[in-house]
Amino acid sequence: MSIVLSAKNLSKSFYEPEEFQVLKNVSFDVQKGEFVSIVGKSGCGKSTLLYLISTLDTKYKGEIFMNEKKVTGLSQNELARFRNEHIGFVFQFHFLLPEFSALKNVMLPAEKLGKYSKSECEDRAYEKLKWLDMDKFALKLSSKLSGGQQQRVAIARALINDPTIMMGDEPTGNLDSVNTELVFDILKDLCKSKGQTIISVTHDTEFAEKSDRIIEMKDGEIVKHEN
Amino acid sequence: MLSSVNFEIAKTHLLAKPRQTLIAMLGVTFGIGMYILMISFMQGFNEFLEDTLLSSTPDVRIYNDIKTDFSHSILDEISDTAKVLNVIHHPKPKDITPNLKSSARIIEDLKRDERVLAVSPQLATQVFYVSGLVQINGTLSGVNILEEAQLTGLQPKMKTGKIENLLTIDNGILMGHGLANKLNVHVGDMISLATPKGTAMRFRIVGTFQFGIGSLDNIKSYVNLSKVQQLVGKDNQYVTDIGIKLKNYDNATDVAKEFSDRYGYKADDWKTTNASAMVSILIRNVMTFVVSFTLLVVAGFGIYNIMSMTIQNKLKDIAILKAEGFSSGDIRQIFLTESVTIGVFGALSGLVLGFILSSGVYNLPFPKNDFISITHFPVVFHLKHYAFGMGFGIITTFIAGLMPSIKAGKIDPVAILRG
Repeated sequence: MSIVLSAKNLSKSFYEPEEFQVLKNVSFDVQKGEFVSIVGKSGCGKSTLLYLISTLDTKYKGEIFMNEKKVTGLSQNELARFRNEHIGFVFQFHFLLPEFSALKNVMLPAEKLGKYSKSECEDRAYEKLKWLDMDKFALKLSSKLSGGQQQRVAIARALINDPTIMMGDEPTGNLDSVNTELVFDILKDLCKSKGQTIISVTHDTEFAEKSDRIIEMKDGEIVKHEN
Repeated sequence: MLSSVNFEIAKTHLLAKPRQTLIAMLGVTFGIGMYILMISFMQGFNEFLEDTLLSSTPDVRIYNDIKTDFSHSILDEISDTAKVLNVIHHPKPKDITPNLKSSARIIEDLKRDERVLAVSPQLATQVFYVSGLVQINGTLSGVNILEEAQLTGLQPKMKTGKIENLLTIDNGILMGHGLANKLNVHVGDMISLATPKGTAMRFRIVGTFQFGIGSLDNIKSYVNLSKVQQLVGKDNQYVTDIGIKLKNYDNATDVAKEFSDRYGYKADDWKTTNASAMVSILIRNVMTFVVSFTLLVVAGFGIYNIMSMTIQNKLKDIAILKAEGFSSGDIRQIFLTESVTIGVFGALSGLVLGFILSSGVYNLPFPKNDFISITHFPVVFHLKHYAFGMGFGIITTFIAGLMPSIKAGKIDPVAILRG
C-alpha cells in the first residue's frame, strides 16, 4: 500500500468577521484505495480541511503531498492543471453545468486535460456513464435530470480523468434515502473493484460507518481515527 | 491561444440564451450601422462640396496683392532714424497696375514644374453688364478657355452652349446662368459690357454655365483673354492671375507657399480661398466621429452590462470549472470570447445595416434646386469606412468584455462551493 495523500501540520485561520483558528495542526495520511470519511459537527473544520487538501484553498500553514509530490506553494495555474489530472469532485448540490448535456458535462474535464482526442473523450465519457447506468440520459440537458441522476453524472465526471483521489463534499447530503443508498453503493464499488481512493466529508453517520476509515474532527483537531 | 474547449463553452453559453445574446448584438449592430450611415452620408456631402469648390477655384492661384503694409517708409532710408521719427498720416497705396510682371516667364516656369498639371493665365476685371437702362455689376475673366476648362472643370458645368464656341466666334462670351437669367438673355443674344474706366464692348452669348455657387453664377462671365486685354487697353502680356491645377491637390498648401516665395507674388491654395467651407467640412467630420463614437460607447456599455450580469449568474459554473481544473486564464478566455463573438457578429450585421441604410439614402431624390446640380443625396461607399467600423466594433466589445472577464477569472471557487 502506498500513501497517496499526506497532510502535515495543517493550520488555517479566518480573519473575518473576527480571528478564528479553524484548523489546528492537522496531520493525517491516506493510503491508495482507501475510502475515508471525515465527520464532525458543523463548524468543526471538516469542509475547510477538504478544500485545503483538494488544492482549491491555498491560504494555509503546513504542507500537503499528493503522490509524493509537494503541492503546497504551486502557482494557481499549476494547481488548476494538477486538479484537472488528479482530483475528481462530487459536491452536495451536484453542480453540473446546466446548459450542457450530461455527456458534455462529463467530457469537459477530459477535453481540458487534452490527453485524449475528442472522440476518445466521448467514448470514455460514455463508458463512465454506462457503468453508472446513466448512458441513456447522456444527451439530455443536465438541468432536466433528477437529483439522483445528476449526482451519478457528477460521479462520472469526477472519474473521467481517472483521478488519484476522488473528493466528496457531502455527496449524499441532498439526496433521499434510496438515492443515498445508491450513491454510497457506487462509491463503495468504485473503491472495492477499481481501487479508487475516496475522501468524503459527511455528517451522515450511517454513511461514514460503512466506509473504510473515519476521521472525526472537533474544534479544528482530529479527535478520533477509526478503522 | 484560444483552446477549443473554452470556445465550445463560450459557444454553448451564447446559444443557451439566444435572446440575451441577440440584444447584446443589436446594440453593436445599431452602433456600427449608424456609424456607417453617418460617415457615408457626411463624407459624400463633404466630397460633393469639395468637388464643387474645386471645380470653381484653381488649386493654387497666384496674383498681385495690393500692399497695405505701411510700417516702412522710404523716408527712413535717407534719415537717421536714431534721431528723427518719420510720421506719415493716412498713407494710401500708390497707383499700381495689379498685373503680374513677366507673367510669360512665370507661366513657362510653372509648365515645366512636374507637380503642375495645368496652368491658366487670367485677366479679371470689374464690368457693368448693360441691359437696356439697367447696369448690373459683375466680373469678367479673360482666359484661354481650353486651359481654363482643364483647371476648373467648366465643361460639365455648362448649362447651354459649348465652351469651344468661344474659340470659333470672335466676340463670344460664356455667361453665368443666374446672370443670364437676370439680364434675360439667351445663347445668340448680344450684350454690352462697360468697364469702370469707361471703355465698352459688345459680345455675343455663346453659352451659359452653372457651378452651383451663387456668387459665381450670378456675376461671372468668361471671354477670350485678348478681348479683355483689348477692353482694358493693355498689351498681350497683361494678366492679373495665374490659376494652377496640381496633380495632387492635397499638396496645395505647401506648393502655394513655395510659389509665393519663388515668384514674389501672393499665392493662395484652394483651402485658404474656401476657408469657411473647409471649416464646415471639418466640423461635419468631427461631429460624425463624436456621434459614432458615442453610439459605439453606448453599445460597449450594453455589452459590459450583459457580461457582468451573465458572470453574476454563472458564479457556480465558474467555481465548478475551476474545481475541474480550468485556470483563471481559461475562465477569462471563455467570457472574453463570448463578448468578442458578440462584437464580431454585431459589427458584421451592423455593416450590412449601414450599407442598406446608406443605399436607401443614396436613392432618395434630392429636393429640386436650381443652384445645386445633383439629383440624389450624395453618399459614398468606401471600403475603409467599413473596415474601420468593423475594427472599432470589435475593439469596443473587447474592452467592454475585458473587465467582467478579468473579474470572472479572479472568482474564488471555495467561497462559492461552500455556499
